[in-house]
Amino acid sequence: MNGKNTAGHSMQGHRKRQVLPGFGLSLGFALTYLSLLILIPLAGLFVHAAGLGIDGLWRTLVSPRVYAALRLSFGGALIAAAINAVSGSVVAWSFVRYRFPGKRLFQAMVDLPFALPTAVAGIALATLYAPNGWLGAPLARLGIKAAYSPLGVILAMTFIGLPFVVRTLEPVLEEAEKQREEAAATLGATRLQTITRIILPAVLPALLTGVALAFARAVGEYGSIIFIAGNIPGLSEIAPLLIMIRLEEFDYAGASAVAAAMLTIAFLLLLAINLLQSWNRRRSGSP
Amino acid sequence: MSPDHSSDAAAHPFAPLVQTNAAVTESRAVRVTLVAATLLFLVTFLLLPLLIVFTQALAGGIHAYLAALRDHDTLAAIRLTLFTAALAVPLNTVFGIAAAWAIARFEFRGRNLLITLIDLPFSVSPVIAGLVYILIFGSRGWLGPWLSAHDISIVFAWPGIVLATAFVTFPFVARELIPLMQAQGLDEEYAALTLGAPGWRTFWHVTLPNIRWGLLYGVLLCNARAMGEFGAVSVVSGHIRGLTDTVPLQVEILYNDYHFVAAFAVASLLALLAFVTLGLKSFLEWRHGDELAALRGH
Repeated sequence: MNGKNTAGHSMQGHRKRQVLPGFGLSLGFALTYLSLLILIPLAGLFVHAAGLGIDGLWRTLVSPRVYAALRLSFGGALIAAAINAVSGSVVAWSFVRYRFPGKRLFQAMVDLPFALPTAVAGIALATLYAPNGWLGAPLARLGIKAAYSPLGVILAMTFIGLPFVVRTLEPVLEEAEKQREEAAATLGATRLQTITRIILPAVLPALLTGVALAFARAVGEYGSIIFIAGNIPGLSEIAPLLIMIRLEEFDYAGASAVAAAMLTIAFLLLLAINLLQSWNRRRSGSP
Repeated sequence: MSPDHSSDAAAHPFAPLVQTNAAVTESRAVRVTLVAATLLFLVTFLLLPLLIVFTQALAGGIHAYLAALRDHDTLAAIRLTLFTAALAVPLNTVFGIAAAWAIARFEFRGRNLLITLIDLPFSVSPVIAGLVYILIFGSRGWLGPWLSAHDISIVFAWPGIVLATAFVTFPFVARELIPLMQAQGLDEEYAALTLGAPGWRTFWHVTLPNIRWGLLYGVLLCNARAMGEFGAVSVVSGHIRGLTDTVPLQVEILYNDYHFVAAFAVASLLALLAFVTLGLKSFLEWRHGDELAALRGH
């Protein structure tokens, strides 16, 4: 699509770049702002946590309450991401391949969890799943406690992760070549074989990227969870809330330790997502 | 999406969209099941939460709704939220333009690292975004003693709220502009400069018109997040009513005080903000989609 463009760039790009003004100013401002607002404060967090020493850090992280909170944040996010992997795939597939009443409306609404402030989502979900709520009451009759339990945490995490899988999968499904499916069908493949052997491998990188993004978002999520969670220490208390509590106790080191553990895992995840995305781009053939 | 499809949709609901070749679509039963599952999931997770905001907000009638919005502390929270966004969004917009100019127009070492670092705040929990400023400016933070000696408040005051908001909304404009400007290339700017236009005029008359829709798109998302941010602001705000409470924090306070109608009334304002944002976003994607980086698979 931009073959001509790239050729032009490689021939003249370097010389032109010298002529354009503002390199020092723009890069200088960008780096200063990035450092002051993001990098130095984040580095400070690790310095604070390191103040505990390896021993202190380890003891903090394996203390029952911290460990339970980290396990809920990461475990819950994993379950929510798995739910979104399945339901997000079904939603994206329906959006791309079928027509049904209300489709346009729902397509516009999929981004709602991005746009709706988390506190609003939080109180709405808590009210919806409370024991007397629209969905909480029928669930309670079935003996399922939705709000104020780990299940509530997972529900909120599913809500905020919902757009990621749908949005990363939709464009890839749209671009998937129908000819390959037709070829498979012509060669005698059943529809199920075509889906698992032709379509799924083609969209797998995008699916994994979406799931990883949903997971990363859910791990750090705070606002939409705390209202529905009930926040029982050791049971339904998420790691970000525990950071908040440690701060209110002026335990800066303890708060930093939990935060540093969360960040380290999140950074590794970011790295994995970047690798996935470049794998995705290589496979789809675009630069 | 085209008109003939929608008229078809009325005639054949659940029909496959792309084509009707039986070999490459599913049986009707599978189609209906998948669409039903889609609708069930989206109604449960999108429509019902949204409906509950407005039904609860209006549960006490329109007068109670309006009274909740006219409350003194709520009005103060609205002012603080507007003030915060008015500082954080322009800051991040200037950064986004500067970063995109440097990254898309010049070759330098560490360029890819810089692109990765710009996305960093998205993988940081909002609570941690607030925490990092407490560690620096809080009463027991590094600069705490110095700040209190000079009677300067950063955290538990508006500067901290602006900082935390700027942190969480940091990537929005930059990540929209960088791929957009990279895709557009620099031929037009080069032409303007060759014809003798000074640098700033080139930027103003050539670059800016080319990126305006992408810029607006990024600013729109940045603003929505800035006005709705809860976790990061919650850490640094100190929750002083009428003084350091933003609109989302006011929602939390009212809800925890069992003022449910008032909480949902204030929440409905934020939900309306989300609607306006999504509406404008869809409009931009529909009208200027070819000029938006977000729709090109980035």
